Order: sequence, then C-alpha cells, then structure tokens
Amino acid sequence: MIRGFAVLLFCQLLGELIVRAGDWPVPGNVLGMALLLAGLMVGMIRLEWVTEAAELLLTHMALLFIPVGVGVMLYLDLLAREWLPIVAATVLSTFVVIAVTGHVTQGLAGKQREGEGVDG
Amino acid sequence: MAELTALPLFGVAVTLAIYALAQVLYRRSGSVWLNPVMMAILAIIALLLATGIPYRNYARGGDLISFLLGPAVVALAVPLYQRRLELWQRKAAILCGILSGSLASIVSACGIAWLLGGSRDVIISMAPKSVTAPIAIGIAERIGGIPALTAPVVVMTGCLGAVCGAEFCKLIGVRTHLATGLAVGTAAHGIGTARMLEIDRLAGTVAGLAIGLNGLATTFLLPLLMMLFR
Repeated sequence: MIRGFAVLLFCQLLGELIVRAGDWPVPGNVLGMALLLAGLMVGMIRLEWVTEAAELLLTHMALLFIPVGVGVMLYLDLLAREWLPIVAATVLSTFVVIAVTGHVTQGLAGKQREGEGVDG
Repeated sequence: MAELTALPLFGVAVTLAIYALAQVLYRRSGSVWLNPVMMAILAIIALLLATGIPYRNYARGGDLISFLLGPAVVALAVPLYQRRLELWQRKAAILCGILSGSLASIVSACGIAWLLGGSRDVIISMAPKSVTAPIAIGIAERIGGIPALTAPVVVMTGCLGAVCGAEFCKLIGVRTHLATGLAVGTAAHGIGTARMLEIDRLAGTVAGLAIGLNGLATTFLLPLLMMLFR
C-alpha cells in the first residue's frame, strides 16, 4: 500500500516537473497518469505494486471532489449576475455532450460485442 | 469555537461525516437525485452559510482531501492498463467519441450562452466547461475568459453528469458500458468518472481516459474555433 502511494505520488511529481519545465497545457496529474501507464507497459512498474493504493483511491474518488464543490460558494455572486445563460448553457450542453459522445461511440463500437447494457 | 473550526481537523471531519450521512440517505431512498456527492456539497455550503464559519477555515481540512485527487487521477492508469487490449481494439470509436463530444461541448455551451444574451466574458468562460478543472482553468486564462467563473461551471457540470448521466444514457438508447462511461467522462470529467466507477469498472475506466483526452482535445480545438468566429 505504501509502495503504491509512493509510486502514484512520484508519477504525479514527475508529471508536474515536466509540465512546468515545458510549459505544457495539461495538468501534472493527467501527465502522471500517462507516465504510470507507460511505466506499466514497459515493465518498469509492476502492476501489483500499485493495485491496492489505486483501488482505494478510485473506490472513494467521489468523496475527494466534495471540498472542490464546496468552493462554488465563493462564486455565488458572480453566478447570480448572469445566472440564466450560465445555468441553461451548463445544463443543456452537458446533455448534448453525453448524447453526442454516447451515440458516436456506440455507433462505431457496435452494441453486440460487449453484450451487456447499463441496466444489466 | 473559531479556533476549533480553523483546525484542518474540522474540514476533514465535517466532510467525512456529512458524506457518510449522505450515503445512508442515498441508499435508503434509492433516488439518483440524492447523489451523495451533490447532497454533501449542498449540505456543507448550507452549514457554513448558516453558522458563519468562513470558507477558508473549512478549506484547511478540505485541501487535505482535495490533495488526494492528484494521485487518484494518476491511479486511473491502473484500470486503463488492465483493460488495454480491449480498449485498443475500440480505439477508433473511443477517439471519435471524445473528439465529437469535445466539439459538441464547446459549440453548445457557447452557442446557448450567446442565444440567451450572455456577455462575451460569460460565453468564453463557458467554453471549457466539460474539461477537468485544472485544465479548464488554464484554458480559460489563455483564451481570455474568467477562471473564477469557469471553475464553478466545471463543478456544476460534473455534478449534473454524475447525477443524471447514466439515467440520461438509458433514456436516449446509449446502452453499452463503453459508450456510457465515455459519454459521462467526456461531459462530466472527474466527478462523472467517480460516479461511473461506482456503476461499472469498464465505464469508470473509459471515463477516466476521457478526462485526459477531452482535456487535450479542447486545449487544441478551442483556439482554432475561436479563430473561426472572430
């Protein structure tokens, strides 16, 4: 578990380092994800080192977003000023994206091979 | 009391306790509308506003929890690696799905805000709304939007996708885990991904992949689109 966290944090650290050095437009943790994937692929990192820590974090990932969400309270004034275009665009656009990506992916990947629906 | 709430302990304890309660409520009710993350966020905001405890006091503990988001995003590489062969077989569908979603997000968010009379600042700040927060804020800065407006819009988008994403997919006939996960991950980044991980492992995995790829796609598509509409 400790080794797993060390690997995850070092991948993130390396990601942050590269992003800063190269002024890249991606966050360090997303690059860290790519680095960990690369490390696993070439065999530098063994899967069993990281599975336990990764499992723990991914199982409770939803919890980790709560403080970020509470931060919305700082911007209530700004949101209230033009609330109609902001709320309508947020809500409608979210459904548009889900519909477009969902149907494009399903259309191209086909329904039959996976053979299981969300509703089981 | 004031010095007690200024301890990091306060934010951590409140977040965990309220989330645990929200999960009980969610399980007992069985209603998707009572999504525990959204209910916990609303309950904590209500608590802080009602008691007058300043946000910065809460954030001392909150930041400790947010810190774990970094390694959690890195950890998404693990299920990606485990399912790599299956995902590689469907690479065309996955890439096209994410690219079309990225384009649809920019056009629909800006278009709707423009139709409803949003100011230029608002329209531009809405553009990266489906992108994960750290990338979205960077994009907003670079294209002349207001990051302070982009941040809450990104969070609201994530909550909405987490709450209704799976149900909406069923409603419109998107049935496979692959398509559902990719759709919700592209639309609702990490918050949507966290929800997908609860529903199904493959759905959560591809949603995680979509966080990174949609971030990249939007980073490069948005400046191009802005040149077209100038």
